[in-house]
Amino acid sequence: MAQLIWVYAEVVEEKIAPTTLELLSKAADVGTAEAILLGPAPEGAVTALASYGATKVYRSADPIFRDYLTLPAAETLATLIGKYRPAVLLFASSYAGRDLAAALSARLDSGAITDVGDFVLKNGSVEAAVPALGGSYHNTTTLVSPGTKILLVRPKSFEPRERQQSAGVEEVEAPSGPGVTKARVTDRVTVKREGPQLEGANAIVSGGRGLKAAEHFDMLRQLAELLGGAVGATRAVVDAGWVPYSMQVGQTGKTVKPKLYIACGISGAVQHLAGMKSSGAIVAINKDPEAPIFQCADLGVVGDVFKVVPQLIEEIKKRKGL
Amino acid sequence: MNIIVCAKVIPASSVTIEIDPATRCMVRKGVPHELDPAAASALEEGLRLTERHGGEVRLLTMGIEDATVGIRNALAMGAASAIHILDGALAGSDTLGTAKALAAAIRRETFDLIICATESSDSYSGIVPGQLARLLGITPLTFAREIGVDGRRITIKRQSENGYDVVEAELPALVTVTSGINEPRYPQLKGIMAAKKKEIKRYTAADLGLGPDQVGASGARERVLSIGRPPARKAGQILQDEGEGGKRIADFLAELKLI
Repeated sequence: MAQLIWVYAEVVEEKIAPTTLELLSKAADVGTAEAILLGPAPEGAVTALASYGATKVYRSADPIFRDYLTLPAAETLATLIGKYRPAVLLFASSYAGRDLAAALSARLDSGAITDVGDFVLKNGSVEAAVPALGGSYHNTTTLVSPGTKILLVRPKSFEPRERQQSAGVEEVEAPSGPGVTKARVTDRVTVKREGPQLEGANAIVSGGRGLKAAEHFDMLRQLAELLGGAVGATRAVVDAGWVPYSMQVGQTGKTVKPKLYIACGISGAVQHLAGMKSSGAIVAINKDPEAPIFQCADLGVVGDVFKVVPQLIEEIKKRKGL
Repeated sequence: MNIIVCAKVIPASSVTIEIDPATRCMVRKGVPHELDPAAASALEEGLRLTERHGGEVRLLTMGIEDATVGIRNALAMGAASAIHILDGALAGSDTLGTAKALAAAIRRETFDLIICATESSDSYSGIVPGQLARLLGITPLTFAREIGVDGRRITIKRQSENGYDVVEAELPALVTVTSGINEPRYPQLKGIMAAKKKEIKRYTAADLGLGPDQVGASGARERVLSIGRPPARKAGQILQDEGEGGKRIADFLAELKLI
């Protein structure tokens, strides 16, 4: 019998998160996929989950899941796991995913595997492929604890794939009481994002500390525009406040897979490599010939980013007849 | 307000970390160590809160003898004392084993707030703080980019996919901070001198009542079955810019039909 694989569904910006659909597609490939959808969700959410592989959706629209952090969802998931004992529970490596995987792995005394890139069901457990240390190693990791195996999966590990099917819905009861309402969300602030977004961009031009100042990102914006792409940044640059968090590529930022990635003034910390290593073609410009970024570059130019990038911009303009 | 900051002392950022094929663990012995910069931000946040609200910060770490250098650094930054869980039996602990050891040490202390980094800079699994909060039964507040405390109420700005959420809770709580939350201070000479007299409490696994079924390689739920190197990316072409660098990139892009 096909094993039961659960996916914790997330809603981001009024839509089922792309990572949820990726996880469901994989779950349906290797077992019976079911989704857990907690909190208010947009219309059509269940249909979306079904069309990417969920045969059943455990559902509660109770606002408690939106208005209180982690604890209500952890409580409900623990109850459902106790009742249905799925073989695997998949979370995306998102803010909510990490919080819930942590809480549940301690509560169930099961542990969890983080940073999973792929997995197979084997010998009554899972074997997960984990790119360790920013991808310089590939580990195969398992969980030896009995019961449901909790996996935190990197975004873009699987291709989302639509299927022709529908899903049954089981309404689940929301928890209540002081035990689950300790961390209250009192406000949600959306920081307006400018320019093309990293998600789905075919070309990304990213800047690191080598750009020296926030205003120098202008030339990257110009280059990205010529390539029809978006601008990204390293954690150091984001932490320095030069550009907003939404532009961060890396382990703690976004995982991207564009056809073309141009790294400007980026040394290539493990943190950053983890988020862009699977890009199609990688071009790196850095003045330090020893910079680790060159090890994963298809074309590396050792030189001054303030000379090479403007020349590249002019050259592309010339070739495009601009 | 009494704060415990959980910190990891990790191989210095200049070291290329290797994995030992025999133990399938990171090689930690014999390489220079430093206080994880992510943990330094957690400590800085703790110090700023006690400067504003009174109380003191204690540093808690689990690690090998070499971690002492990072502990000294934390004490020099301003932590009042430190707790070092040090025992060879803990080698190979997974995230949950680590969280259990930290929880066992914390249960012997009084505290109002625990601060951790969202993740360590060497293994970045990012789930130990959430496990720890659950084991201690205190409120987890994660991904904070700002912390405010007013009496027993704590409010954080929590990083979200498209901005931030404001989340509030009552103390005691466990907060994880993002690396951009502050710029950690450098220890001053006075702090370095004072650090030499500060107490470092040491615990073994047995002191904390932790058995081999809970911690160390034998207690780990997570097991690494094998380690390997990923297929090497086809070696790229590296060239020195001699005035034509931009043009060469344009040629490359044209070749791949990207422009």
